[in-house]
Amino acid sequence: MTSPLEAVGRVALAQVQGMGRMTMFLGSACFWACLPPLKLRRIVRQIHFIGVKSVSVILLTAIFTGMVLGLQGYYTLRKFGSEALLGTAVALSLIRELGPVMAALMVTARAGSATAAEIGIMRITEQIDALTAMAVNPMKYLVVPRVIAGVIAVPLLTAIFDVVGIYGGYLVGVKLLGISSGTYFSEMRNAVEMSDINGGFLKSLSFGIIVTWVCTYKGYYTGHGAEGVVKSTTEAVVLSSVLVLVWDYFMTSLLF
Amino acid sequence: MKRWTMETLVGLFVIVGVASLSYLAIKLGKLEVVGSRGDTVLAEFDSVAGLKAGSVVEIAGVEVGRVREIGLKNYRAVVAMSIDPGVKLQDDAIVSIRTKGLIGEKYIRITPGASDKVVQPGGRLRDTEDPVDMEQLISNYIFGKL
Repeated sequence: MTSPLEAVGRVALAQVQGMGRMTMFLGSACFWACLPPLKLRRIVRQIHFIGVKSVSVILLTAIFTGMVLGLQGYYTLRKFGSEALLGTAVALSLIRELGPVMAALMVTARAGSATAAEIGIMRITEQIDALTAMAVNPMKYLVVPRVIAGVIAVPLLTAIFDVVGIYGGYLVGVKLLGISSGTYFSEMRNAVEMSDINGGFLKSLSFGIIVTWVCTYKGYYTGHGAEGVVKSTTEAVVLSSVLVLVWDYFMTSLLF
Repeated sequence: MKRWTMETLVGLFVIVGVASLSYLAIKLGKLEVVGSRGDTVLAEFDSVAGLKAGSVVEIAGVEVGRVREIGLKNYRAVVAMSIDPGVKLQDDAIVSIRTKGLIGEKYIRITPGASDKVVQPGGRLRDTEDPVDMEQLISNYIFGKL
C-alpha cells in the first residue's frame, strides 16, 4: 500500500537525511582536522595526487580558455571600437569566474573521481573496517588529508590557471590580432582590483573543500559491490560539479 | 629516492602556485607589500566625479603615483595622492582631472610649475582644475551657450 503521498514523503525524508549525513561528515572531518597528530606525509602525498598531477591538465585547459576568451572578447569588443579593453575582459573573467570554476571542475574530473573510487573500493573490500579494527581512525587517515590537500592545492591550481590563461589571451590578442602588448597589460592593471583577486581566492578555497568533501563522502558511504562503486563515483563527479556551480553563484552574489 | 622525487614535485608545485598568486596580487591587484611608497600630497577640488582611489597620477604622461584617498571637507573634495619619492612638485604646479580618451577612466594630470618652492610631503597643491563635464559641454553646444 504505497500511496503517492507516501512515496513523496519517503523521497523527501531520504534527501534530507542524505544532506544531514553529508553535513555531519564534513563536521567530523573538520573536527578531526583540528586534532593534533596531523599526518603530514599523507597530506603531502595527497597534494601530489590532487595538485601536482593536475598541473598538466590545468595548463592545457587554461591556455585554451585564455585564447578563446581573447578571440571572443576581441570580436565582441571590436563592435564598440574598444579592443583596448581586451586585457581587462580576459583578466577579469578569468580571475573572478573562470579560473576558480574551471580549476575546480578539472580537479573533480581528474582527482575527485579517483578519490571516490579508491575510498569506495576500500569500503567494499572491508579495508576501512580493517582500519577501524586496528584502531586507526579512517576519518583521520583517509578523509582529513584529502580535504586539507584540496584546500591547499585548488587555490594554487587556480592561481596557475589565471596566470596561464592571461598569457593565453595575450598570445591571441597581441601576437595574433595585433593589439599592443602595453595596452593589453596596462588596461588590465588599471581594471583589476585586489578585491577581485581576493574574491577568486576565496571561491577557490571553498571549491577545494566542496570537491574533496563530496568525493570522499560518496566513496566513504558507497553501495554494495562493484556496481555501488561505479554509482558512487558517478554521483561524486556529478554532485561536486553541480555544487561547485551552484555555490559559485552564491559566492558571487555575496562577494561582489 | 622515489619519495624524494614526490616531495620535490610538491615543493615545486607549491612554489609555482604561490608565485602565480603573488604575481596576480602584486602586479594586477596593486597590493603594496612594503607599506605605501611615496609622499602624500593633497589637493582640493570642487568636484572629483569619476575619480577613484587607485587612479593614476601622471606628469607628462608618465605615471608618478596614485590616488590614495578621497575625502570631503567643507563640501569640497580633498584628494590625497601618493607621489613617488624623487618627484619634486613646485607649489604652483597645476593639478587637473582628465579623462583617458573620450569615454576612458579619470586620471590626475600634474603640470609642473615654475616656482622655486617645492611642496613638502603632506603639503597641499593650490592650483586645481575640475574635470570637464562632457554632458554639460555637449548641452552647451547644442543650446548655443558656448
